[in-house]
Amino acid sequence: MSTAANDAPRSRGKAPAGERVADWADGRLGIYSLAKANMRKIFPDHWSFMLGEVCLYSFIIIILTGVYLTLFFHPSMNEVTYHGSYVPMQGQLMSEAYKSTLDISFDVRGGLLIRQIHHWAAIIFLAGMFVHMMRVFFTGAFRKPREINWLFGFLLFVLGMFTGFTGYSLPDDLLSGTGVRFTQGAILSMPIVGTYISMFLFGGEFPGTDFVARFYSIHILLLPGIMLGLVVGHLILVFYHKHTQFAGPGKTNKNVVGMPLLPVYMAKAGGFFFLVFGVIAAIAGIVSVNPIWAIGPYRPDQVSTGAQPDWYMGFAEGLVRAMPGWEINFWGHTLVLGVLIPLVIFGVFLALIAVYPFIESWVTGDKREHHILDRPRNAPTRTAFGVAWVTAYMIMLIGGGNDIVATHFHLSINAVTWFVRIGFFLGPVLAFIVTKRICLGLQRRDKEKVLHGRESGIIKRLPHGEFIEVHEPLSQEQLHTLTAHEQYEPAEIGPTVDENGVERKVKGSEKLRAKLSGAYFGEESQIPKPTVEEYKEITSGHGHH
Amino acid sequence: MSSQDIPEETLPAERGGTHVPKPADDKNPFADPGLPPHEHRIQDIDERAAKRSERTVALLFTVSMLATIGFIASFVAIPQDKSIYVFPIGHISAMNFALGLTLGVALFTIGAGAVHWARTLMSDEEVADERHPIEASPETRAKVHADFKQGAKESVIGRRKLIRNTMLGALTLMPLSGVFLLRDLGPLPGTKLRHTLWSKGKLLVNMNTNEPMRPSDIGVGSLTFAKPEGLEEHDEGFQNEIAKAALMIIRLEPDSIKDKQELEWSHEGIVAYSKICTHVGCPISLYEQQTHHALCPCHQSTFDLADGARVIFGPAGHPLPQLRIGVNDEGYLEALSDFDEPVGPAFWERG
Repeated sequence: MSTAANDAPRSRGKAPAGERVADWADGRLGIYSLAKANMRKIFPDHWSFMLGEVCLYSFIIIILTGVYLTLFFHPSMNEVTYHGSYVPMQGQLMSEAYKSTLDISFDVRGGLLIRQIHHWAAIIFLAGMFVHMMRVFFTGAFRKPREINWLFGFLLFVLGMFTGFTGYSLPDDLLSGTGVRFTQGAILSMPIVGTYISMFLFGGEFPGTDFVARFYSIHILLLPGIMLGLVVGHLILVFYHKHTQFAGPGKTNKNVVGMPLLPVYMAKAGGFFFLVFGVIAAIAGIVSVNPIWAIGPYRPDQVSTGAQPDWYMGFAEGLVRAMPGWEINFWGHTLVLGVLIPLVIFGVFLALIAVYPFIESWVTGDKREHHILDRPRNAPTRTAFGVAWVTAYMIMLIGGGNDIVATHFHLSINAVTWFVRIGFFLGPVLAFIVTKRICLGLQRRDKEKVLHGRESGIIKRLPHGEFIEVHEPLSQEQLHTLTAHEQYEPAEIGPTVDENGVERKVKGSEKLRAKLSGAYFGEESQIPKPTVEEYKEITSGHGHH
Repeated sequence: MSSQDIPEETLPAERGGTHVPKPADDKNPFADPGLPPHEHRIQDIDERAAKRSERTVALLFTVSMLATIGFIASFVAIPQDKSIYVFPIGHISAMNFALGLTLGVALFTIGAGAVHWARTLMSDEEVADERHPIEASPETRAKVHADFKQGAKESVIGRRKLIRNTMLGALTLMPLSGVFLLRDLGPLPGTKLRHTLWSKGKLLVNMNTNEPMRPSDIGVGSLTFAKPEGLEEHDEGFQNEIAKAALMIIRLEPDSIKDKQELEWSHEGIVAYSKICTHVGCPISLYEQQTHHALCPCHQSTFDLADGARVIFGPAGHPLPQLRIGVNDEGYLEALSDFDEPVGPAFWERG
C-alpha cells in the first residue's frame, strides 16, 4: 500500500535513532514487555465511550490552566485598595485575592482566556463525569470486575464537586463569598461539632482572614493530588480489565473487538483531546463565565439577587432551599433539622448510587465477570431505578434555581418550591413506573422483531382482498444481537425443611433478597426473550407474516 | 465524487469482500455468526479518494498552523483594553475573543485532522482480542496464600501477642499527635457567636451616608441598612463584625405592628432587625412595602417584619433577632442593648 515507499532500507549496520533510544529505555525500564501487551491493545468503538475521554481531557486542561493561574493569583485576604486598569473598581477596598483575579482578567494578556478555559473546563469536567457515570450505570458496565473502578469514578465526581467549590470561592467575590457563607451556615448546623469545625476552618469567626489561603491549598494541592491518583488508578483499571463492548456478531464475553491502540485509537483519542480543548478554548473566547468584576468584592452584609452556585452544587442547593425550616430546641441545645436533613440527604443520595453495584450483585447472586454491556431496556428495574435517581437529582436542580425559574417563567416562588418539595418524592416514583413500562415495551418490540421480522413498509394485497404488510426476516447477525442478553430467574428461598424434616430458620436478609430478586426478574419485570423453538415454529409456518 | 470511474479490479466484488446477509442458521438461528466481513471504504479502493483525504488532513493541519500564527499576532497587536461588538454576543474584550477563537481553531483542527486521518486512511479492520479472567488460577492462589502464611509465621506476630498488642497500641495512639497539631487552626467557639458590636448607647449609623440617624430620617415603608457607630470599612476585623452586626431598619405604622414585644422594642414605629438570615446567614435585602415581608435572596426565606419577623415561608427556622432601639438626648437613634439572642444561622449551642 501507500506505506511501501517508506520502508526503503535505511543506512545499513546502524539501527534508526528511535529504535536505539527505545532499546536504551528498554534496558532500564523494560518498556518492550509493557508495549507488547499494550501497543496493539484493542479498544471497542461506540460513541458513548468518548464521554469518559471528555472527562479525562477536561481534567488535563484544568491542571494545565490551573498551574498557569497560580503564577498570578495571590491567595491572600489582606485588604487592599484597587488602583488597577478596571476603572469601575478604582478606589474600592478588596482582598488581594479579588484584586489579583481582576489583574488576571484585565492586566495579564490572555489571563482572562485561561481563567475562562479553567472555569469552563471545570463545568464540563463535572458534567462529563455525570453523563459518563450514567452511561456506565445504564449499560451495567459497573458489574464485576469493575465495581472498584465504579467507586473510583464516583469519588472523582464527589471530589470534583468540592474541588470546583473551593476553586470558585478563591476570587473572594460577592457571589462566591455568599456560597462560602452558606457552607459555614451548613457547618454550624452539625450537632455538637458544628461551631468547632466552623471556627477551625475559618480560623475564627466568619469570614476571618484565612479561608482563601486554606481553600487554596485544598484546591490546588490536596484534592487534585488525590484526584490525579484516582484518575491514574481509573485508567490502569480500564486497561487491565479491557474495555466493555455491546453484544453483536463476533463479540463475546471472552473477547474484545475493536481497533488497535496504535495507530487508530491513538489517533482518534489523541485527536479527541485537541477537539475537546479546541471547543473549550472557543467557548472561553466567546462566552463569559464568572465575570467577578461585575459582581464586586465580598462583603458579608451584601448580596445580589439570583445567587447561584455552579451547576454541580445545584442539587445540594435545591435540597437546602426546599427543606422546611425545622428547628428543635431542647436542654439548651438546638437541632437545626432544616439544614441538617438536607446535608444528610445529600450524602445518602450520592452514596446510594455509589453502592448500587454491590446491591445489584447481591440480588442477582451473580459472581461471574461481565464484559458485554446491557442495553438499558434489558435491565428494566435497574434502568428505572437510575432514571428515578436522575429525576430526583434534576428536580433538586430546579429547586436550586427556584428563584431563576420563578422569575424567568413568571411563576410564584412559593409554587415552584412546593412543586420541588412534592416532586422530590413523587417524581422518582412516577419516573420508575414509566421507565419500567417503556423498557418492557421495548423488550416486547425486540421480541416481535425477532419472531416476525422487520416491518418493511411494503403493503401487499392478497388475491382475496386482504392487505398485509410484508415483514422482512432479520439476518442472523441481528437475531443474535437481539437475543444475546441473559435473563435471570428470580431467586427463590430454598426448601425450609431439610431432608430430615428439620425446619431451618429463614433469615430476614434471605427473604429480602428473594423479594428484591422477584421485583427485578419476576414476570412483571421482564419479557421472556424469544426462544429458538418459538422462532422456528413461526418461521416454518406457511405464509405467516 | 462519483465512484463510477473506479478501476474494476479494486471494487469490493472483485476482491471477494461482498457482504450479503446470510440467511439464518438452520440449527440455531440465534447463534453468533462471528465477526462480519470487513467492508471497504472508498479510500481503500480508490487511491484518488485516499489522496483527497490526505489533502483534507494536511489542510486541517495547515489551518492549525495559521491559527497559531493568528494567536500570536492577536496577542501582540490587540490592545488589552479594546472592546468590540460581536453580534449576537454584545460588547466583549477583543483580545479575549481573538485569542479564544484562534487557540480554539488551532487546537480543533489538529484534532479534526487526526480523527479524519484515523477514520479514512488508517486500517478500519476490526480485530478481536482475547480476554483472560481477572482471577488468578487456583495454583497461583494457593501459592500466594501459602507464601503469606509462611511470611506471617516467620514474623512470629501470631505467637508473640505482646509485640502485636503494643504495636497496635502505638499505631493507634500515634495519629493523636496529628489531631493535636490541628488545634490552632482556630479559636474555640466560646460565646463568640452570641455577641455583636451592639451595646447600650451605640448609635445607629446609616450604611450609605455614614451618619447617625434621627427618627425623622426614616420614612414609612423605607428600608435602611445600618451599622453600629465606630465601625469603619477600613477597620481590621470589619468583615467579621459587619457579618454579625448588620442591621435593617424599617418604619411601620405603630398600629400595624402585631407583635407586642416588637412594638415595645421599636421607636415611633421604627423597628431594627438583624440583616443576617437565620437560615444560613445570607444578608436579607429584599423588602416588600405593602406586606412588610422581607425576603432573603439566597434561599427565599420570608419574614413578616410586622409580626416579630416570624418566618412565613422558606427554610429559615426562627425569626430574625430584633434590636431594641430608642433615641438619645440629642435625638439620634441608638441601641438599648445588644441582640438578646445570637444572630445568623442556628447552631448546636444556641438553645
